[in-house]
Amino acid sequence: MQTFEPVIVAFCCHYCAYTAADMAGSMRLSYPANVKIVRVPCSGKVDTIHMMKALEKGADGVLVAGCLDGDCHFKNGNTKAVRRVALVQETLKELGIEPERLSMVTMSAGMGTRFAQIATDFTEEIRKLGPNPVCAGIEAKAAAGAVAKAN
Amino acid sequence: MITAERKPLAEIIDCIGENRRILLVGCNECVTVCAAGGRKEVATLASALQMNSMRHGKTLDIREMTLERQCDPEYVEQLAPFIDQADVIVSMACGCGVQEVVRRFRNKRIYPAVNTKFMGASEGPGVWAERCHGCGNCLLGLTGGICPIARCSKSLMNGPCGGSSKGKCEIGSDVDCVWQLIWDRLKELGIEDQYENVIMAKDWSTERGGGPRKIVREDLA
Ligand code: SF4
Ligand code: SF4
Repeated sequence: MQTFEPVIVAFCCHYCAYTAADMAGSMRLSYPANVKIVRVPCSGKVDTIHMMKALEKGADGVLVAGCLDGDCHFKNGNTKAVRRVALVQETLKELGIEPERLSMVTMSAGMGTRFAQIATDFTEEIRKLGPNPVCAGIEAKAAAGAVAKAN
Repeated sequence: MITAERKPLAEIIDCIGENRRILLVGCNECVTVCAAGGRKEVATLASALQMNSMRHGKTLDIREMTLERQCDPEYVEQLAPFIDQADVIVSMACGCGVQEVVRRFRNKRIYPAVNTKFMGASEGPGVWAERCHGCGNCLLGLTGGICPIARCSKSLMNGPCGGSSKGKCEIGSDVDCVWQLIWDRLKELGIEDQYENVIMAKDWSTERGGGPRKIVREDLA
């Protein structure tokens, strides 16, 4: 059986998480290659559309990473992101999809170690949850179709 | 503006049923401002519907379109080239928008994706409150600019009922008694004596009492 390697999309604020990821690199800290980073000017720039589309297009988990409370470069983008993440989590619940597939985290630009830790922990958490049920549904149907054809 | 809230996903999903080709139409005006049915909400709902379908092994063919105003025929016409390619239309505009689409495209089923709420104003980020019932004969000039019809739970026209307490309405401690607001406002303006003017029984025929209303402007028609 194929082992499941989750795809994680991390929307990282340029002023903190993105720099922290960079720092993790220069500190030679390893974190799972599963985490694909999308640099954004502020976590507040991450719209519900971005989170939903990432999951729709096949991400198994989505991280929104912004600055520590009170440290947002644009004053309160991170607190807005928290509320948006909560809204999308509610939508996921309505759809019967685990809300844990989406998470908001905060850090400062100097927290390379924290970034690497979060990336590792979140990847493991998503690994436990298994593949995104959205894509799994389509794949199962395709597989069933192929089996039916073969028979 | 006209305010609205998105319906629960389950209800929208239920309406769509087995239909696969969806024309999902938003509106760029009121429902954009109250974040219920603008371009962003259309994209988010499209994603949610698609994810739900994919979970069950199917994909939907969703065309997202957000019109400048869904309550104007000029803009609704923009849907014409896409109507035949859709099994159903789902509208995220207010009830006026939904019905304007119906008036133009008679052979296609349409479902509302939002619940239209009221005519209101934004009191702050994420908060909208009712302000006007469209009574057709505005009396704000008599009440310091605050509407007792829309904002008094009983639409009382001449002062508060006995349930007014500490400036709040008896229906809930988070609801201002509008007659307290009116009195405070008249005092601020130094025109308290206006409070003693009796507002005569209102002719409700200009409101819903006269049936569905219409404005015809000969100069524009
Ligand atoms: S259809 Fe007209 S009234 Fe309704 S939300 Fe759009 S602009 Fe406003
Ligand atoms: S008096 Fe009538 S028109 Fe004026 S704000 Fe109140 S409901 Fe609206």
